[in-house]
Amino acid sequence: MAVFYILLLFIIIAAIIAVETDNLLSSVICVGAIGFGGSLMFLFLRAPDIAITQIVVEVLGLIILIRATISRDRTFISGDREFFGVVVSVVIIFVILLAGMTVFQTLPKFGEPAFSNAPEAASQTYISEGMQKTGAANIVASVILDFRAYDTLGEATVLFTSIIGATVILRKKSKKLLENPDQ
Amino acid sequence: MEQKQQNSKTIQNEGTSNGVKGMTIIVKTISSWVKVLIFLFGIYIILFGHLTPGGGFAGGVILASSYVLLMLAFGRELAEENLSLPVASKLDCVGALLFAGVALCGLLFGTASFFWNFIHQKYLTGTEYEFNLVSAGTIPLSNIAIGLKVGASLFLVVLALSIFRPDTPNGQKE
Amino acid sequence: MLYALCFLLFMIGLYCAVVKKNMVKIVIGILVMEYAVNLFLIMLGYRSGGVAPIVDKSQMDLGTGQIAADFLSSSVDPLPQALVLTAIVISLGSLALMISLCIRTYEKYGTFDITQIRRLKG
Repeated sequence: MAVFYILLLFIIIAAIIAVETDNLLSSVICVGAIGFGGSLMFLFLRAPDIAITQIVVEVLGLIILIRATISRDRTFISGDREFFGVVVSVVIIFVILLAGMTVFQTLPKFGEPAFSNAPEAASQTYISEGMQKTGAANIVASVILDFRAYDTLGEATVLFTSIIGATVILRKKSKKLLENPDQ
Repeated sequence: MEQKQQNSKTIQNEGTSNGVKGMTIIVKTISSWVKVLIFLFGIYIILFGHLTPGGGFAGGVILASSYVLLMLAFGRELAEENLSLPVASKLDCVGALLFAGVALCGLLFGTASFFWNFIHQKYLTGTEYEFNLVSAGTIPLSNIAIGLKVGASLFLVVLALSIFRPDTPNGQKE
Repeated sequence: MLYALCFLLFMIGLYCAVVKKNMVKIVIGILVMEYAVNLFLIMLGYRSGGVAPIVDKSQMDLGTGQIAADFLSSSVDPLPQALVLTAIVISLGSLALMISLCIRTYEKYGTFDITQIRRLKG
């Protein structure tokens, strides 16, 4: 259990550095450190599919973020917003944090699964009958592609739509629009 | 052929560490060996997704990152000759249609529903097919379709981000 | 206590997305919030001394297809892992969309500062 505390403290320190520093490139590198710590944490939480996916997604996300910040020369912006707004936001966030900590006392302790202790829970059915009904040895793969395939179809649709949106926004202007620039 | 040689000479002379023009000769040599290994590793993770950890999503992102390595090391023009923007978007659509096609095939059988694992329930059932590569019905087919779709999408968006040439704020081209 | 640290990470991301003026910092704040939520969901399904949810040949009786009882009682929950797997890839797609919006806005206004964008007219 000590390894979870050490990794979470590493992630929180990297997040604080990423939020507070002024240099954009170093905050992007700290986001990479957060992703790497998260992937190690998934490995210790016995989720190997998620660890593989998280580390390659974090590498591609770093490349996309660096592409946005590396050739822009006017990225140093000093100061925050006006003082009263900042103080109100911090007070509200602190109140939500205290309320959340009281709520978390009611959850089961860390180490006992919150949803699968009931005898007819969905997870018990997936583990005990998954191999027989689908024939896949990886139970997570049988859950996302056979028992809950609608969620995978929804995810494919969301990914498709967001990639189309990004490609359309980054289209070059045609020659006709360049002759009458829109002011 | 001579055009390509001239192109690569200008890439080599342009600069050392600019992201769009390509990198030094050490990086180019090593990455031309390593990107094939990354591609093969991505295909392995997709194909064995029902037996070992991984699956379609992780394998698809690894496939995309092998092409991104090609683009970062050799410059954008060489990567566009390899897999251009219209071809990548068509591969994306083919992956999505293949996934929907595998799902619709379940409707062809009598009392079945959408997304029914028809290969495992009707044809290849029985315990001699467990723990092999050919097992678990439509799950490997879905994995291949998802891997193709995710890989083509993510390479498409990184290529579009690097094609985008910055204009000055008054709308004129640089 | 571990859940509280995860919630603190979520609040750090929320603070960054609300208070900062730089557009890329706002995107980084949203990204930190997504990491925190994925981590919390996986932590909900953890069992102490558990094993990963992958069936081995020794744990299954090939004649009847029954899974061994100790695997049933000691494996971690596979359902949150299935939900988080798609969420991670979706966060990459939405990051690409947000960054393309930031780049377009920079090309039109010349700065990443959101208070400046309100005051310029076209």
